Amino acid sequence: MAFIIEMLNIVKDFPGIRANDDVTLQVEKGSIHALLGENGAGKSTLMSILFGLYSPDGGSIRIRGETVRISDPNVANELGIGMVHQHFKLVHNFTVTENIILGLEPKKGPVLDIKSAAVKVAELSKLYGLDVDPFAKIEDISVSMQQRVEILKMLYRDAEILIFDEPTAVLTPQEIHELMGIMRRLVEEGKTILLITHKLKEIKAVADTCTVLRRGKLIGTVPVAETSEASMAEMMVGREVSFSVDKGPAHPGKVVLEVKDLCVKNAKGLLGVKNLSLSVREGEILGLCGIDGNGQTELIQALTGLAPIESGSVTVQGVDITDLPVKQRLDSGLGHIPEDRHRHGLVLDFRLDENMVIHSYGSEPFSRHGILDYGAIRKNADRLIEEFDVRSGRGPDTKARSMSGGNQQKAILAREIDRSPIAFVIAQPTRGLDVGAIEYIHKRIVAERDKGKAILLASLELDEILDVSDRIAVIYGGEIVGVVDADKTDENELGLMMSGSVRKAG
Amino acid sequence: MANKKLGDTRKGDALLVPVVAVLLGFAVGSVVVMITGKSPLVMFNAMLQGLTGLNVARGSFNPRYIGELVIQAMPIILTALCFGFAARTGLFNIGAEGQLMVGSLAATTVALLVRAPAFIHIPLVLGAGMVAGALWGAIPGYLKARFNVHEVVVTIMLNYVALHMNNLMILNVFGSVDRVKTAQFPQSALLKDPWLESITNGSRLNWGFVPVLIAIVVYWFVIEKTTFGYGLRAVGYNKDAAKYAGMKVNRNIVLSMMIAGAFAGLAGAVITTGTFSFGRALSAAEGYGFDGMAVALVGSNQAVGILLAGLLFGMLKAAGPLMQSNGIPKEIGGIIQASIVLFVAMKYGLERLISVLRLRRDKASALPVTGEEAGV
Repeated sequence: MAFIIEMLNIVKDFPGIRANDDVTLQVEKGSIHALLGENGAGKSTLMSILFGLYSPDGGSIRIRGETVRISDPNVANELGIGMVHQHFKLVHNFTVTENIILGLEPKKGPVLDIKSAAVKVAELSKLYGLDVDPFAKIEDISVSMQQRVEILKMLYRDAEILIFDEPTAVLTPQEIHELMGIMRRLVEEGKTILLITHKLKEIKAVADTCTVLRRGKLIGTVPVAETSEASMAEMMVGREVSFSVDKGPAHPGKVVLEVKDLCVKNAKGLLGVKNLSLSVREGEILGLCGIDGNGQTELIQALTGLAPIESGSVTVQGVDITDLPVKQRLDSGLGHIPEDRHRHGLVLDFRLDENMVIHSYGSEPFSRHGILDYGAIRKNADRLIEEFDVRSGRGPDTKARSMSGGNQQKAILAREIDRSPIAFVIAQPTRGLDVGAIEYIHKRIVAERDKGKAILLASLELDEILDVSDRIAVIYGGEIVGVVDADKTDENELGLMMSGSVRKAG
Repeated sequence: MANKKLGDTRKGDALLVPVVAVLLGFAVGSVVVMITGKSPLVMFNAMLQGLTGLNVARGSFNPRYIGELVIQAMPIILTALCFGFAARTGLFNIGAEGQLMVGSLAATTVALLVRAPAFIHIPLVLGAGMVAGALWGAIPGYLKARFNVHEVVVTIMLNYVALHMNNLMILNVFGSVDRVKTAQFPQSALLKDPWLESITNGSRLNWGFVPVLIAIVVYWFVIEKTTFGYGLRAVGYNKDAAKYAGMKVNRNIVLSMMIAGAFAGLAGAVITTGTFSFGRALSAAEGYGFDGMAVALVGSNQAVGILLAGLLFGMLKAAGPLMQSNGIPKEIGGIIQASIVLFVAMKYGLERLISVLRLRRDKASALPVTGEEAGV
């Protein structure tokens, strides 16, 4: 058994936290090795150490049996280590070839020799079945093609060890399937792949071995073929996890939230949402699914008053809220769990109790005649912390910034559910959360549905959409391309609609 | 010590950085004094005298120094409140200087043109200064809220406008006799009081400290206790979250700049009718704005912090002449002041240094035990 990478007893300290605590990772040559762990488990830190972005405080690294010191990414490159980052690092108005040769441009005399580079790129693309046009401009090709350009970039530099950092986050199910094929092809050609992910399904589908980290510590390394998803999840979280959402059938009533012919401009000044109509009835969860960047953010911000509406209308229980400011929308019964909890959901430097009254601080009992009543604010926080099991270092006194993502999200959920809105817009409620918190949040969302609330749930996680929703609306290019019943559809159909290749009226 | 790590915070750490910064500042000052060949003890004696009026070396007491310290501290505390208030709303108000000058101009106008008994005249003078400062602050606030023009650019420009407007008015409208100052204000407009001067052995101490103390309390109350202050802090920390929660972000920005301006305008009125008794034409800005920024920084924009930091910087200024009379260059005060600001700005470095030192101390106290066990 030849290990190509050996990271032995790695220790890495950051102020206040030990990100890696005696972690050992051994990767066999020619295998796909998954690195599994919740957010903050130390996966990225470990990979950053391997790639030379951080230097470890303890432990040693051996590549192909030789002890090495990887002081910066150039050393990693020379050792044949390449990384496909979660956020691509491409120049958008350059061609594929120009991007790939960036940094080691081939020259014919003093002149750049693009032609021979393009030939090499085309050859590599063919060898690994990547199907990339060397002369296409980055801005003209799809996200999954851009990812392949990143892969080609590494292959062009003769990388033998390829690190994929959460590569499927931006892909449709079909594209994920294709990526897995590419990964297998790479391994057949003798490459070694390190796959960072928290998605068990993908590990099961493609990886040979899986190393699990939890809170910076090594939990174990297991052969994937002999390990079930459930037991890997247990290793990751530290307890048994239920995967399915426990919910009864929906009893939808009359329409509560209605969107008609909505047009919203995006940050570029183009129409991000085009003539979009949808309606959500009381007692049902309408899932909104789509690939990131297809108008979800614009739609949600327009509904909740954070972005101006070009044309069309939004009504809540028959009341037109199209032109109302945020405060009056909220007063009309709209609730909003924002997709970015740090940017919109919380004031991170406020204490938890202050964050809990961010909408209602101006009204009784939290203030009287413009003077805050910290006693009432504290009591309110204590009640919500208790009811929603929000855990933090110092209870209501904790700064929101120092809380974990799951508890931050629980705090937002508590605050918004407590407002008891009739129409509830929920965006990415479980992004980046661990399995336990996801379980809890899904339960609360379904409970709200059962209380008769109309819920619009936008998520990039297809599993979440399928598990929690009653009906599913698919958004593509700012338009709803189909509405289907959750129990009559599957990943495949949704995936095709998400990529715009199939339309279906609901 | 098992679970101690870098970055562990303890209660009172918020206070620790400014205190350490001040100590380091004095250390730098001492080193510089030693380089000039004098004893730092002379410097500290001068400072103690500036602070308490006591001359330890000679065993004498002169309350005049206390008065001068307060006089120096008053305007920079107010400009610090000005900077701090805007900063709590996420605005970088460099315009305290200009807001102070229009405040002083408005105070001059009311002092010269209004005839009224003192108990009406003085509040009118102070109120005029505050209103003028508030309006001057409203300009960058409005431009920021409406057109997203950066307040730093606008306030810097407005400082010049204020300076030249002040000079134009003083010299031409009020008919300055000596091309430097206006006529004397009537007694009813003045914060000066012979009694205060006499108990402090002829210092320039005046009733200006009363509105300053009130301003500190108002600052604390508005920011910490009111819904308005809650909204301002929310906007300051996270504009997007404030918007999401339905707050009127733009209105808060304008109001915050106006209140900040009012603090600086008050400083202008206090200087004009307390320290002086006439409107003055200025050749250049006097630096109250920048001193205020430094005070706010050292006081971490907290009411009590600003009061203490203001007194400290007032002391450094007041001790200048004393040091000079003892053969120590008075610029040392400025050097100490600058070093303190520098060390406070190095907040993260200091925090790290403190926690490293703690870790080491904890380790050191654990070592002898293991040493004994090993038989060393």
